[in-house]
Amino acid sequence: MSARSGYHKGLPLELTGADRAMLHGEEGASTQVAMQVLAAFAEAVDAERLLDISRAHIDGCLYHGQASLDFALRLSAGGGRVRVPTTLNVGSMDLIHPELIRLSPADAAPGRRLMEAHLALGCEPSFTCAPYQTRFRPVFGEQIAWGESNAIVFANSVIGARTNRYGDFIDLCCALTARAPAWGLHLDEARRGQLLFQLRGFGDAPAATDALFVAVGLIIGSRSGDRIPVIEGLPVPRHEDQLKAMGAAAASSGSVALFHAVGITPEAPTTMEALGRHPADETFAIHPADVTRALDGLSTVKAGTPITAVCLGTPHFSLDEWERLLPLLEAETPASATPIYVNTGRATLHVLEGDGRMSRLRACGVIPVVDTCTYVTPILERLDGAVMTNSGKWAHYAPGNIGVQVAFGSLEDCVRSAAEGRVTRVDA
Amino acid sequence: MTRVGHPLARGQAEGVALVLRQPLSFWGGVDVETGAIIDHSHPDRGQSVAGRVLVMTGGRGSSSSSAVLAEAIRRRTGPIAIVLASPDPILTVGALVADLLYGLTCPIAVCGLDGLITGQRVRVQCHPAGAATVWNGPAESD
Repeated sequence: MSARSGYHKGLPLELTGADRAMLHGEEGASTQVAMQVLAAFAEAVDAERLLDISRAHIDGCLYHGQASLDFALRLSAGGGRVRVPTTLNVGSMDLIHPELIRLSPADAAPGRRLMEAHLALGCEPSFTCAPYQTRFRPVFGEQIAWGESNAIVFANSVIGARTNRYGDFIDLCCALTARAPAWGLHLDEARRGQLLFQLRGFGDAPAATDALFVAVGLIIGSRSGDRIPVIEGLPVPRHEDQLKAMGAAAASSGSVALFHAVGITPEAPTTMEALGRHPADETFAIHPADVTRALDGLSTVKAGTPITAVCLGTPHFSLDEWERLLPLLEAETPASATPIYVNTGRATLHVLEGDGRMSRLRACGVIPVVDTCTYVTPILERLDGAVMTNSGKWAHYAPGNIGVQVAFGSLEDCVRSAAEGRVTRVDA
Repeated sequence: MTRVGHPLARGQAEGVALVLRQPLSFWGGVDVETGAIIDHSHPDRGQSVAGRVLVMTGGRGSSSSSAVLAEAIRRRTGPIAIVLASPDPILTVGALVADLLYGLTCPIAVCGLDGLITGQRVRVQCHPAGAATVWNGPAESD
């Protein structure tokens, strides 16, 4: 996205007649505000024009304070409606299990009002950070305007849809106008890889463990800045959740919006094609010791430390992940005394409740959380101990957000640790 | 010395520079009540962005940083200006919305960062359809 860093041609943004009509208020006051912000943004990033988008994902319904509520209320008061199918990211409330949220009614009210203000604009009540796990998943080549860093990197990298890193506010402006700046990752020339990461020293091929994908994500994130990494030598993932975890980690330790995994992701059939037939700006090796170091850096406590909870589902657990979790839990005896919080989407929860699996999961100590995430709002009953997670993203952000100690481990490690009540690693 | 760059958000401000050693994600990285850097992995953790001219190579991390920046500007716990080496659209939109909703500006300029050090007095001027000017004086003795 910074291909034009240090260079700004300062040409005025070229708007179509329809764009100008929105800008001049002919489509209503809210559309006008949305186009004003969008046009100013487009000029700031030096876009020459706007382009049509067919979906949006809104990151603005997580309550960060009065400003986000004021903006949504300004748009809904002006009669604003989204013009494309628009999903909503997590909010501050679990609207289906409100009793889980440890906020006073006064503190919970603004977050709830923010979620409701977005529904009033015509957004879908998806409240998930993994919209690619819903029926609103985009297709290869589709131009979209998505917020939420893990969703952005997944859409670009794993699906080959096209979005920039849209933040709060601008994603809503795109949804209200069905337009986005023609710039950055919407365009062919900005999608080629710039940095080459090569996995070396793993023998024939590294094992496709969940932890490997998290570690590679952390490493490429910390070294890429906003350049596009190409990864060579990754094993074929066992499931797309491994790529989801890798992207989420890369977008936490850095600002990666697109990666190319050679032989795995759709725009990277070969290293040469992933790099757009240009030489890489820089090449980095990833050795087994780098993987170990990256994973060790996620844990703030040692093996054996007592834990007060396990947190899974960051990004939101897919149906496949639930299917892997259930037999692990049911094989564990004695049953876990440690609560296992699992964030997931409403639609996924609905399936699990419908076929009876959720009651079996609850019997194993699972507390499903929807519409939000355990590290953005007060849910955990106890914050005084360590929490174990299989998410690189959760481990990265939770200590700063909710003040807990963290231990990272695989899904198997998390289940065993829940049963033993302390940090335990299965293959250690 | 004076640098000319390009403006991402309009306004003008003058204050003391805080030059970060790594990019900072406002979301998860800044406490909006105080402006303190709280990202436990950030080398400048414990410093405050409040009232400072924030200098860093770029933005980082979550796309929720726009709202955190807008809220920090509203509460006057945000930086008074931001100077970046490469454009950051997420910070740009946070500053634009604070301007639109509250009329509070936080100019954002993109230019070379060489010679900018923490403690210097820095003046940032961003004209909406023109250039950005970033001027720095000598380091302040305190």
